[in-house]
Amino acid sequence: MQTVFSIAIDALAYGMVLFVISIGLSVTMGLMRVVNLAHGAFAMIGGYLASYAARDLGLGYAIATLIAVIGTIIIAIPIERFLYRRIYGAPELTQVLMTIGITFCIIGIANFLFGPTLKTIPLPQTLQGSADLGFRSIATHRIFAILCGLVVAGALWFFIERTAFGIKLRAAVDNAAMAAALGVRTEVVYAVSFAVAVGLAALGGVVGAELLPVEPYYALRYMVTFLVVVAVGGAGSIPGALIACLLLGAIDTTGRYLAPEYGEFFFYLAVILIVTIFPRGLAGRLK
Amino acid sequence: MAVSMNDSVTAGLPVRRKFDTGSLIGLVAIIVIGVAGYFLFPNNLALLTRIIAIMLLVLSIDLVTGYCGVATLGHAALFGAGAYGAGIAAVHFGITEPLTMTVVGAIAGALAGLISGIVILRAHGLPQLVLSIAVIHLFHEAANKASAWTGGSDGLAGIAPDALLGMFQFDLWGRTAYIYGLVLLIVVFLGLRVLVRSPFGMLARGAREDPIRISAMGASVKSVLLRMYVISGVVAGIGGALTAISTQVVGLDSLSFTLSAESLVMLVLGGTGSLYGAMIGTVVFMWFEDLVSAANPFHWLTMVGALLIAVVLFAPKGLYGSGAVILGRFKGGRK
Repeated sequence: MQTVFSIAIDALAYGMVLFVISIGLSVTMGLMRVVNLAHGAFAMIGGYLASYAARDLGLGYAIATLIAVIGTIIIAIPIERFLYRRIYGAPELTQVLMTIGITFCIIGIANFLFGPTLKTIPLPQTLQGSADLGFRSIATHRIFAILCGLVVAGALWFFIERTAFGIKLRAAVDNAAMAAALGVRTEVVYAVSFAVAVGLAALGGVVGAELLPVEPYYALRYMVTFLVVVAVGGAGSIPGALIACLLLGAIDTTGRYLAPEYGEFFFYLAVILIVTIFPRGLAGRLK
Repeated sequence: MAVSMNDSVTAGLPVRRKFDTGSLIGLVAIIVIGVAGYFLFPNNLALLTRIIAIMLLVLSIDLVTGYCGVATLGHAALFGAGAYGAGIAAVHFGITEPLTMTVVGAIAGALAGLISGIVILRAHGLPQLVLSIAVIHLFHEAANKASAWTGGSDGLAGIAPDALLGMFQFDLWGRTAYIYGLVLLIVVFLGLRVLVRSPFGMLARGAREDPIRISAMGASVKSVLLRMYVISGVVAGIGGALTAISTQVVGLDSLSFTLSAESLVMLVLGGTGSLYGAMIGTVVFMWFEDLVSAANPFHWLTMVGALLIAVVLFAPKGLYGSGAVILGRFKGGRK
């Protein structure tokens, strides 16, 4: 029972961290049809900035997180303006080549600036230790990660379903040319959603640093996981991404607890099964 | 199949000329560059052999990606299957004759191609890419787990191939291995030249350009793609067997996602949909990587990344494709 409970909590926390990082990827992929392999690199930049602000400058956790999110967006804007804009609508292979190139560059620069060691982000007192639920105690950081995931999911739902910008965003996802003809400035929509996506990736990188440790090869190591989540959930769908993250987080965590010698065998087996049964993702729309 | 028979009748006349000037130029170029490499870099033959083996892998990716339009980040599965096939045959079954090892590798690669083809061809676009990633990770974990056969993370050591044709020992400098690799490359190149210009090759291109029309013509797109996958497995398997023979050890890195991604990058760098593009991309990428990592081991990844970005911005069709376009413009200008 103890094992089942701790697996469930870890799986939930892991799934939520995955969700915070990859939801931005899912939205941009659904919107701009860019296979963005550099998304994990932005999460990594967020982790590095937060680690630098909290450890080397001695700032608080909340301020460090804020610096990480804003700093990553500031770094990402010129990249979007000068590199990504060239590959909107390009063939998939070109996009893969370009975004892998960006990832390699970011890894190399991070390695040069921060060195190859693991970077930690010191947690504030309130997030350390464990919370007593009466019958079980769980690490406070896990609860924090789960709450972050829920808040992000709720805020995104409100942003996309209930605001005027959300309507433009959905219109551009469905048919960019038609939305542009009706007066939606799709370039602005693209730029804003790219910035939001990158900011969420940075937030996820900071919140998830306990589960996905920050090091230079972070971008390559987890890139595949984020892509898998988007493909399983269906690009551009928030509920799909949430279900996919929770499901894959549960499978991965259970596999690591119960059969660690198999590594990620069961994770990828599940991915093959799900994608074979739902070729457009769990919540993918039929075209 | 009636359709492809028709094809060979109508489009057959230009296609039937198997040994055209293009193949001849390519053949001469490979031999000249290969022999030049042998004499210019006598101490680097191991690297050159490695380049040839990876070149076979990239050619095999070109068959499915360039000619059939299937995007895959998991093609090292076929290469690794060939390497492990040849290695296991040598270590566990005592088959140490190099030619037989190569054949075993090719068969293992074809089997892996059949399996991953069945899985990967079920989806399109991003899900297809993800399926191919899942396949390479499954192969990797399976090989890691079956350590009794594959040596696990220690690698499969103790491969001792016999003398080639009973005459040429595999020496310390890798001369025999290099020449053997060069001969394999030439044979595969000529075979693929025939293949991609055959009616079947045309059908594969058709399946990339317009799958609906191909199926309306009565050919099964899926069976064409699957057959191409098996053929590309043979090519990648030969490449894998070549590494097993030349380095005498097979490691888990031959089944890695990194190798798959790097070889796809090499293909796109050179230019998809052409055998020359695949070969040029491999040479340029591996040469550049070797040069930069020797000059500055801390920055090589940044340099490689910058190279990739530059290629996308300035040579979007790959080095060979963009070069061909520029040459064509010059020729057009002169007329």
